[in-house]
Amino acid sequence: MDILDLTAVRLSEKIKGGELSAVEATKAVLGQISSVEDYYHCYVTVEEEKALRQAEQVQEKIKAGELSGPLAGVPVAIKDNICTEGMRTTCSSRILYNFIPTYTATAAKALKEAGAIVLGKANMDEFAMGSTTETSYYGVTKNPWNPEHVPGGSSGGSCAAVAAREAFCALGSDTGGSIRQPSSFCGVTGLKPTYGTVSRYGLIAYGSSLDQIGPVAKDVADCAALLEVLAVHDPKDSTSVRREETDFTAALVQDVKGMRIGIPKDYMGEGLDPQVREAVEQAAKVLEEQGAIVEGFDLSLVEYAIPAYYVIASAEASSNLSRFDGVKYGYRTEDYEGLHNMYKKTRSEGFGEEVKRRIMLGSFVLSSGYYDAYYLKALRTKALIKQAFDRAFEKYDVILGPTAPTTAPRLGESLKDPLQMYLGDIYTVSVNLAGLPGMSVPYGIDDKGLPIGVQFIGDAFQENKVIRAGYALEQTREWQMPDTKKGGR
Amino acid sequence: MAREYETVIGLEVHVELATKTKIFCGCSTEFGGAPNTHTCPVCTGMPGSLPVLNKQVVEYAMAVGLATDCQIHQKCKFDRKNYFYPDNPQNYQISQLYLPICHDGWVEIETEEGRKKIGIHEIHMEEDAGKLIHDEWGECSLVDFNRSGVPLIEIVSEPDMRSAEEVIAYLDKLRLIIQYLGASDCKLQEGSMRADVNLSVREKGSEVFGTRTEMKNLNSFKAIARAIEGEKNRQIDLLEEGHAVIQETRRWDDTKESSYPMRSKEDAQDYRYFPDPDLVPIVISDEWLDQIRGRQPELRTEKLERYKEEFDIPQYDAQILTSSKKLADIFEATTAICQKPKKVSNWLMGETLRLLKEHSQEPEDLAFSPENLAKLISLTEEGTINNKAAKEVFEQVFAEDIDPEVYVEEHGLKSVSDEGELRRVIEEIVTANPQSVADYKSGKKKAIGFLVGQTMKAMKGKADPGAVNKILAEILEK
Repeated sequence: MDILDLTAVRLSEKIKGGELSAVEATKAVLGQISSVEDYYHCYVTVEEEKALRQAEQVQEKIKAGELSGPLAGVPVAIKDNICTEGMRTTCSSRILYNFIPTYTATAAKALKEAGAIVLGKANMDEFAMGSTTETSYYGVTKNPWNPEHVPGGSSGGSCAAVAAREAFCALGSDTGGSIRQPSSFCGVTGLKPTYGTVSRYGLIAYGSSLDQIGPVAKDVADCAALLEVLAVHDPKDSTSVRREETDFTAALVQDVKGMRIGIPKDYMGEGLDPQVREAVEQAAKVLEEQGAIVEGFDLSLVEYAIPAYYVIASAEASSNLSRFDGVKYGYRTEDYEGLHNMYKKTRSEGFGEEVKRRIMLGSFVLSSGYYDAYYLKALRTKALIKQAFDRAFEKYDVILGPTAPTTAPRLGESLKDPLQMYLGDIYTVSVNLAGLPGMSVPYGIDDKGLPIGVQFIGDAFQENKVIRAGYALEQTREWQMPDTKKGGR
Repeated sequence: MAREYETVIGLEVHVELATKTKIFCGCSTEFGGAPNTHTCPVCTGMPGSLPVLNKQVVEYAMAVGLATDCQIHQKCKFDRKNYFYPDNPQNYQISQLYLPICHDGWVEIETEEGRKKIGIHEIHMEEDAGKLIHDEWGECSLVDFNRSGVPLIEIVSEPDMRSAEEVIAYLDKLRLIIQYLGASDCKLQEGSMRADVNLSVREKGSEVFGTRTEMKNLNSFKAIARAIEGEKNRQIDLLEEGHAVIQETRRWDDTKESSYPMRSKEDAQDYRYFPDPDLVPIVISDEWLDQIRGRQPELRTEKLERYKEEFDIPQYDAQILTSSKKLADIFEATTAICQKPKKVSNWLMGETLRLLKEHSQEPEDLAFSPENLAKLISLTEEGTINNKAAKEVFEQVFAEDIDPEVYVEEHGLKSVSDEGELRRVIEEIVTANPQSVADYKSGKKKAIGFLVGQTMKAMKGKADPGAVNKILAEILEK
């Protein structure tokens, strides 16, 4: 078997077992990057030298017995909105084209301390705003299953890198589906943890009350292993939660006997691609055969999730992104007259269309006279959506549904109609509004040869149930990865 | 007949809290470091950084709220105030709009017209901004973020004040309360206490408020008094001439004794306040509130009453001593050592205040130790040094906090109490000044003063004047 086909956990086992070294693994993946990266463009920045040096150090520590965790020696990609000291962090925006952080995000630090080797920074939609990775200032990422299609977004670079075997696993971030949707489009497994589980310190904020960093990997076991490393209470993040149970790998058992699984009827109706619907129904059937109790139910309020999400996320973004002003770091316009002209020109030139659209939307909904009608109403809607989920979790252990209404669209189609693009988030945004964990697991290929993802949603802090259900389903499916040998040739 | 006007004033007072670290990060709040040395990713607004609230800020705010009879919002939160300015690294200030920590309180002030309650609308917590330095010669401005994130409370009064006198009394009251709590040193000149004045005028007897202006850049009590007077007159003149007062923010120029408009209400920015999603709501339990209540120190009024009772000192002394926390602290500490409250009080109210005035200093600047003042008092009480020498020694204590015993020894300031030596010198003086002796004997009793003076001069000031008088009288009456 090719090294590159190994999962992160298996790779680490082999390295710890002495079958191969962290340096060999890093060289293998860097080799893959050099042969296919031009074609897929998963990264904004690749740091070959740094990765090799880190691999050597990690290998030494593994030899000395100082590193023994499940990620020791595993080369990873980090989404480019997660700060890495000394390594350029751009959020795929022009406005941060030269920004080199002075500190490392808590999540990235945890990964490095666990012995993961940072290959570089994964491409994304600018400031995580978008569903296709086409809003990146540094060029689009292509879907490794079919380069004429988008990888999804905003963590499109992270997910495509894992699919194209340009990284063994990756960190993404999810504000409205940004881990789960591209995972679904790229045929990889991505988990968005309960809000507060992974520290946001060092994650360049989009919608602070919704943002969560999470793992992107080849399978559920890798996601669980990554989450175990990431789920650490951080005193630097006031919204970080001290969790009692973080033994996520313990949930990796193929046993769903008696597990109550609900399928929201609202998720299975109009707008859902029939092939995706079929995959969800097939997954339900398979789980039922394994002893789970599956039934449909009315979740309600689904149609309000998207407007509420875009109001809240844009409002927070309009304030979060105000620090990018050309004064302290990043891009500053060439010619300007006075401070206000500098601000205006810098921001007009530094931000892309989608980011500017959301800043304007967010500024509008927070303006005096509109605050109550939009922002407060959206917050009330958010609370109602949370209640709808609370009611569902009185009856069910997990919720099963599609991750996205369709498989990956063709490049260049989505941005023509942003509103239509926003509607693609319909099954993922509620999970962020309610602060719940959700995971996309690949399940089937459509007639275009593109992967389909199904989504498991759990109650707050119930990642273990999501992992258990996802793992059980995964065991019944055929292993499929795109053939990247076609890449670039 | 000329119309009579009434001035209506409300105050927004910013107070820098005396915490060791900033409100949302661990950086030092110390004043005067090299630019951008007390900074980190949080207080410089680096991407991805997050604020974490300093608990001490909440405790100080609660303490000030309790001392001003405020209600405490036991569930309060922070909001973002969005505006672009380079001294504000995130381009939003973390403050409290929707649920400030304290609300609906009051303090009592005393003026010549009697006592009066001034309402406090609210007290909220917020972060200070950095400092911009404009390069006069170059083409750039520089920013120092050392002050960025220093904790502030803003105390917003009701429009209950009617004169500069009341405003000063109110500010003085706040200053004392906060100093007594140890929550801030409240130095106007250094900016740890800043006041913005909202002022309007209306015809006497009117129930409705006139249009108000907000005055900024007031950094002394005197400037505040002058600005109030100036603004009141400006507004009355406008009204008298049939013009309207425009609602605006004005900047006071104390050297020109006039103000000029900074921005009008039309230019007022929409700050787009919304709850800061990076900070969780602050929940103040009953236990926490009780704990702070229990820890409240004795405030001025209580201290004043106790001084009269416990130390048997007059109202006037007690008022002056308690007018500054520092003065009161020195008084108590010195009295505890030497057990002579009235003597301590005299030194503090006399020489200490005189020297402070001479050096243009505030009582908060006092640097001498109670031990040395107590020693000095003992030296005078024992008669080891006379008053003149004591004043000389005190100047040294005040300036350098020297040990009076050592100083007296080293400088040979001890009074000569050897009566034989003194009598011999006085006899010489008497012999050398027959005219004065004759004057005295002929009834001009004042002539003794000259002889005492001559004796002191001969003794180089080291004689006890009481003893000199006594011996002289004996000799002359013979």
